[in-house]
Amino acid sequence: MGPLRLGNFPLDNRRLIGALFLTPALLYIVLLVGFPFALSIAFGFSDVTVGNTDLSFVGFRNFLAVWENDIFRQVFETTIRFTLISQVFILIFANILAVIFTQEFTGKWFARFIFILPWATPVSLAMIGWLWMLDTKYSPIDYLLLQMGLLGRGGLLSDNRNLYWLAAPDLAQISVIFVQVWRMTPLATVILMAGLSSIPTDILDQAEVDGSRFMRTLLQIKLPLILPIMVIALLFSMITMFGDMTVVYVLTRGGPVDYTRVLGLYSFQVGIEGGNLAQGAAISLFAFPLLLAMAIFMLRTASRAEVR
Amino acid sequence: MSALSFVLTNFWTLLVLAFLGLVALRIVWRVRTYGATRAELRHVLRRSPFYFVVLVFCFFAAAPFLIMFLHSFKTDGDLYRRPQPFVYRQEPTLEHLDALFNNTAYLDFIRNSVLVGVAVVIITLLLSLPAAYALARLTGRWGERAGILMFLVYLVPPTLLFIPMFRIVVLLGLKDSPLSLIVVYPSFTVPFSMWLLQGFFKAVPPELEEAALVDGYNRVEAFLRVVLPLSLPGIISTVVFTFTLTLHEFIYGLVFIANTSQRTLSVGVPTELILGDVYFWQPLLAAALIIAIPVGFAYNLFLDSLVQGFTMGAVKG
Repeated sequence: MGPLRLGNFPLDNRRLIGALFLTPALLYIVLLVGFPFALSIAFGFSDVTVGNTDLSFVGFRNFLAVWENDIFRQVFETTIRFTLISQVFILIFANILAVIFTQEFTGKWFARFIFILPWATPVSLAMIGWLWMLDTKYSPIDYLLLQMGLLGRGGLLSDNRNLYWLAAPDLAQISVIFVQVWRMTPLATVILMAGLSSIPTDILDQAEVDGSRFMRTLLQIKLPLILPIMVIALLFSMITMFGDMTVVYVLTRGGPVDYTRVLGLYSFQVGIEGGNLAQGAAISLFAFPLLLAMAIFMLRTASRAEVR
Repeated sequence: MSALSFVLTNFWTLLVLAFLGLVALRIVWRVRTYGATRAELRHVLRRSPFYFVVLVFCFFAAAPFLIMFLHSFKTDGDLYRRPQPFVYRQEPTLEHLDALFNNTAYLDFIRNSVLVGVAVVIITLLLSLPAAYALARLTGRWGERAGILMFLVYLVPPTLLFIPMFRIVVLLGLKDSPLSLIVVYPSFTVPFSMWLLQGFFKAVPPELEEAALVDGYNRVEAFLRVVLPLSLPGIISTVVFTFTLTLHEFIYGLVFIANTSQRTLSVGVPTELILGDVYFWQPLLAAALIIAIPVGFAYNLFLDSLVQGFTMGAVKG
C-alpha cells in the first residue's frame, strides 16, 4: 500500500502541495512589501513630490540634504534616545509582571485584564486618555499633586498650579517615554510569559526536589533559560517603538519645538503634510540600516537559542 | 440612569468596598473549605506584599481608563469649572454619549473599522492558512527560510513604507476608500497570522494526518478535514488578533483616507472628534473607552492561546 501513495498522484506530492500552498501568501507579501520598499528607495533617489510624479534621478541629493539638516539630526537622536531609555524600564517591569502572571493567585483573570488594557487598546485611542491625563490645565495628575501640596504657591515641584506636562521640553520627553513604557510593557510581558511557560517542567521539578527556593529557582534557572527570549522581547519592542509615530502624533505633534519629534513623525510631516515624497522617503530610509541590524541580531540570538 | 448616577457619585467608596468585600469573601470561603482561620489569615498576610505589587501595577495600567470612565458622564460645568477630576459634584449626564452616537461620525468609524477588519481577516485566512500549513509540515529547509523571511517582513514598520504605499494607492484610484486599507493591511496581518498558525499546526500530532493518508485521503483533504478542525481554537484566536491588528493600525489609515465618513476608528476618533483646537472631551474619552473594554476583554480571553501559538511557532518543527 505504501509505495502506491508515495508521490504518484499530484495531490499527494509533499513538495508540490507545499509550493502551491505557500506561493499565494509569498506573492502577496512580495508585491505588497517588496515592491513598495523598492519604490521607496527609488523615491529616495528622485525628486518626486505630490504634484510632480515623474521619477527623475537626482543621486544622493535627498539623503545629503536630509543628513545635513539640523532638525533631522535632532530627530534621529531623539528617536534613538527614546527607544533605548524606554527599553530599560520595559524590560524591568516586564520581567516582574511575567513572573507574577505565570503564578496562580486569586483575581488573576481580572488583574490580567486590567494590565493588558494598555496594549489591547488601539494606540491612538489610549493616547486620548493620556492627552487628558497630561493636559496643561485640567490634568488629574496635577490635581493630585496640588492636593498633596507639591504644586501651587510654595509647592515643592513648582509654584504654578500646573506642571505643563506636554509643553515643557523635559517633561514632554519624560511623558512620551513614560507613555511608551506604559503601552509596550504588556507585549514584552506576554513574550516573556511564553518563555517562562515553555521551560520544561522536569527541570523545575528537579530544582524543587533539590530544595531550590522560589528566588533561587527564578534567578539561577528560569531567568538564564529565558535569556534568549528576553532578547527577542527586547528587540521586538525596540523595533515597534523605533517605527512608531502614533504616540507623538496624538500627544505632542513633535512639540514643544522639536523635542519629541521622532523619525516616523518627521517623515510623515515632510513627505505627506509637506508634500515632498522624495525627502520623506529618504528620511524613513535612514531607519532601515538600524532596523536591519536589530533584526539580524534578533535572529542570530534566536537561532543560537534553538541550538542550545 | 439612577443606578449609573449612584455608581458614579459614590465611585471610590464602592470601589474600596467591593475590593474589601471580595477579600473578605475569599477568606470566609477558604476557611469554610479548609478550616484553620489563623493559618488562612497568616497566609493572606504573607501574600499581601505580592498583592500590593499587583495592585500598584494594575493602578498604573488602569489610570487613564478610570479617568475615561469617570469623565464620560460629567457635565461641562463639572469638568471645566474649578475641576475636581475624581468626584462628581453635579448630576451625571448621558448627553455626551448621546452626542457621540448621534452628532458625530462615530458610528461611521465603527462601521468602516468592522468592514475593513472582516474583509482583511478573510483575505488573511485564505492566504495564511495553507501557507502556514506548508511551513509547518510540507516544506523543509526552504520553507523554514521562507518562514524567517515572513517574520522579518512583519517587523518592517509601516513608517518605512507608507510613502510609496500612498503613491500606489493613489495610482490604483483607491485613495479615500476603505478598499485601500483592505488591500494594504494583509501586508502585516499575513506574516503575523502565518507565524501564529504555523505554531498551532505544529501542535497537531502528525500521526493523525498519516492515519488519514492511509485511509485514502490525499494531502489537501487531510489538511482540510483533519488539521483544520483540530486547530479551530488556534484559528479563532488568530482571527481575533488579526482583527485587532487592523483596529490598531493608524498610519496607513491616516495617510490613505482624508474624508471623515470613510475613516476608521483609530484615525477618526483622534482627528475628527477634535475640531481645530476645540476638544469635546467627554465624547472623546467615551469613544476611546467603548472600544478599549471589549478589545481588552478579547485579548485576555485569547491570551493563553496566543502565548501557546507564539511558543510553538518558535519551536523547531
